[in-house]
Amino acid sequence: MDMPLPDQRILNGRAGLIARLRGVLPADAVISDPAETRAYECDALAAYRCAPLAVVLPRTTAEVSAVLRLCSEMGVKVVPRGAGTSLAGGSFPTADCVVLGVARMNGVIETDYDNRFIRVQTGRTNLAVTGAVEADGWFYAPDPSSQLACAIAGNIAMNSGGAHCLKYGVTTNNLLGVTIVLMSGEVVEIGGPWSDAPGLDLLGVICGSEGQLGVVTEAYLRILPKPEGARPVLMGFAANEVAGACVADIIRAGLLPVAIEFMDRPCIRACEDFAKAGYPDCEALLIVEVEGSPAEIDAQLARIKDIALRHNPVAYRESGSEEESRKIWLGRKSAFGAMGNIADYMCLDGTIPVSELPYVLRRIAEMSAAVGLSVANVFHAGDGNMHPLILYNANKPGDLELCEALGADILKLCVEVGGCLTGEHGVGVEKRDLMTVQFNPADLEAQLRVKDVFDPAWLLNPAKVFPLDVTASRRAS
Amino acid sequence: MTTPVLQPKSEAELAEMIRAAQGPVSLRGGGTRGVAYGPGTVLETAGLSGITLYEPGALTLAAAAGTPLAEVEAVLSAQGQRLAFEAPDLRRALQRQGVSTLGGVVATNASGPRRVQAGAARDHLIGVRFVDGQGSVVKSGGRVMKNVTGLDLVKLMAGSHGTLGVITQVAFKLQAVPESAVTLQTQVPLSAGLALLRRALGSPFEVSGAAYGPFGAALRVEGMQASVRYRVAALKALLGGDWVETAGDALWEAVRDAQGLDDGALWRVSCKPTAAEGVVAALAGVAHQAVFDWGGGLIWIAVQGLGDSGAALIRGAVAGVGHATLMRGSGAAAFAPEAAGVAALSRALRAQFDPKGILNAGIMG
Repeated sequence: MDMPLPDQRILNGRAGLIARLRGVLPADAVISDPAETRAYECDALAAYRCAPLAVVLPRTTAEVSAVLRLCSEMGVKVVPRGAGTSLAGGSFPTADCVVLGVARMNGVIETDYDNRFIRVQTGRTNLAVTGAVEADGWFYAPDPSSQLACAIAGNIAMNSGGAHCLKYGVTTNNLLGVTIVLMSGEVVEIGGPWSDAPGLDLLGVICGSEGQLGVVTEAYLRILPKPEGARPVLMGFAANEVAGACVADIIRAGLLPVAIEFMDRPCIRACEDFAKAGYPDCEALLIVEVEGSPAEIDAQLARIKDIALRHNPVAYRESGSEEESRKIWLGRKSAFGAMGNIADYMCLDGTIPVSELPYVLRRIAEMSAAVGLSVANVFHAGDGNMHPLILYNANKPGDLELCEALGADILKLCVEVGGCLTGEHGVGVEKRDLMTVQFNPADLEAQLRVKDVFDPAWLLNPAKVFPLDVTASRRAS
Repeated sequence: MTTPVLQPKSEAELAEMIRAAQGPVSLRGGGTRGVAYGPGTVLETAGLSGITLYEPGALTLAAAAGTPLAEVEAVLSAQGQRLAFEAPDLRRALQRQGVSTLGGVVATNASGPRRVQAGAARDHLIGVRFVDGQGSVVKSGGRVMKNVTGLDLVKLMAGSHGTLGVITQVAFKLQAVPESAVTLQTQVPLSAGLALLRRALGSPFEVSGAAYGPFGAALRVEGMQASVRYRVAALKALLGGDWVETAGDALWEAVRDAQGLDDGALWRVSCKPTAAEGVVAALAGVAHQAVFDWGGGLIWIAVQGLGDSGAALIRGAVAGVGHATLMRGSGAAAFAPEAAGVAALSRALRAQFDPKGILNAGIMG
């Protein structure tokens, strides 16, 4: 992966920059010792590493504003960072940048059950948002797998989803308002605890903008009353196609499970070896979860069972207790850990029309065999958001490149069948150079013009999202 | 005298018309729901019509922007599906004729009572194509439900009222029509009624409508029959009082379409639900009628006898807790004035997408 050459003028001015940062921030908010800045050299896309010039950890919106104003004046690039859990390299630094981490801004500003929102500082972790309201019977719906660690700032930047967004939507459907600091240092309040924008839906384009438009420091989030209960059912099938057909039938029947998760044989085996969840030995496995009162759950699961039985499942196991529910989810939730246990892996995130599932799984198997790298599939089947995991050996020369090439081919396949490059992880640096597969020059130009408005000097989160050649003239000027 | 009207039959023809435009172009789908239309040559998108993709099994539909909403609703209904966000029919309220189009629904982010549960039009929109102010054809999103590839221009186009581009194609995710729906009604004073609505929305019983009007307080519960029965009973137990059960959509259609508010100016107020009562209280002594939707988060208000249509009172009361759009009336700007920072960003975006300033020019500021 190419990154632009660092700006020598900025590198040479490092000492002066750090002195000026210390002038606007408390002493403990500026990290400049190379031994410490190394901790910020990558996010969860650990294959790429580059230590930044400095790291700042402000505690207030005013401090964020002061940093951005200063960097803007000095022409220094800024890479915003939530908790550093991006799988797409969304907070991958450049050598000539300041990393702005919001991790210390993690407070709850206001909780309002009557109006069904919580207002938080965005360094708060996703799970700690629910944590602040769950004792009172509420929760925050988007639930990315990394929810224990990931920050709301990153959720907003990537428009994060999760297993349960089939019913509740992704971040953009649960975000009411933000305080955003522009690269100029200007602080803008957008939206609030009401519905709709009075004019253009700026909130809609800020959510998912991957740190290209500004740094979101505070957010109004919609919270929901917790359902009375939830129960998963696990079903095994003799072929991927059959499991795919079962998913389509459940959706077609008008049932709305909160989650429909899919795992294929390589993934089932790895999870079983790792987590001993007691999964059946089969080609494809679905976990379907429904919510409501016990009677409502029974009624929904009766319908789902009718549908599943028409597809001759080799296993059908309804959870009968909290413990059984935990076990059913255990394997799925440890899928990434299980994979990490057997090999290095790259996690893809393309989305496809649900109807294309069997074809795409077959093609992935063929492509994987041709290259000689294993691919395990675990994904949100209800909305077609796939997570093929390509296994490789980082210590074997050429393996990473082989893996990246296969990943690119799989994502191209997703686009070819009517889908997209990324359903919930974001483009980052990882898929930046594939954007031209999905978008033509006019499509991309429209996106660049939005960036021009919010960050005219192109200093925020450089060299991400858009192919470098497409942005070259803007970055140069 | 007839005004010249541009009626493109294809996206390419539309793009050519925009490129060739010498002056402002006034955009409309069917002209049934625009808050305002800009000056200049009228351009109607009705010629861009037809469903291009409908996959019931994937809950997705794509269609040309001029496709009539009614045509789409009929096709979906035959398959037991629907657009969950319940777009209003505002023809009576806004004194308009014509045929509502999908493009108009998207351009105004038209959303009805189910918004409290299912979200707005923008939440169901998964892809758009549009022609910008220079005649370039742009696409964003696509036909899949989860998509974070690049900046989300889909959301930006929803509710942009034709000021960023002419929408030519839209794609939605769909919802299955539930097998059962029950409406609960009770006659209580406003303050108590709104409190009941908020309490119901704060329960786990998945209310899909929460309104207050001349009919009293009303709640809607939808889903599988057994589940609806259970939740109706649970809500009654939670809220207490005397609730009457009714079936049918008439009440929700009336709320959705702002029926019974035909006299004088008409406002659409979005606000923090607990602020709703205070907003209407600001009109004490002024002849007005109000219907509350979204548990108080949306208020339709008809105001009689004020030169500014009630703008000073309503916008004063809603400052800091929401915003008010003048849907019908005169003497005030239709769109709520925005804070300086937001207004500057919006202006700059419009200048980027429509540098000649010709698309529904000036209507949003």
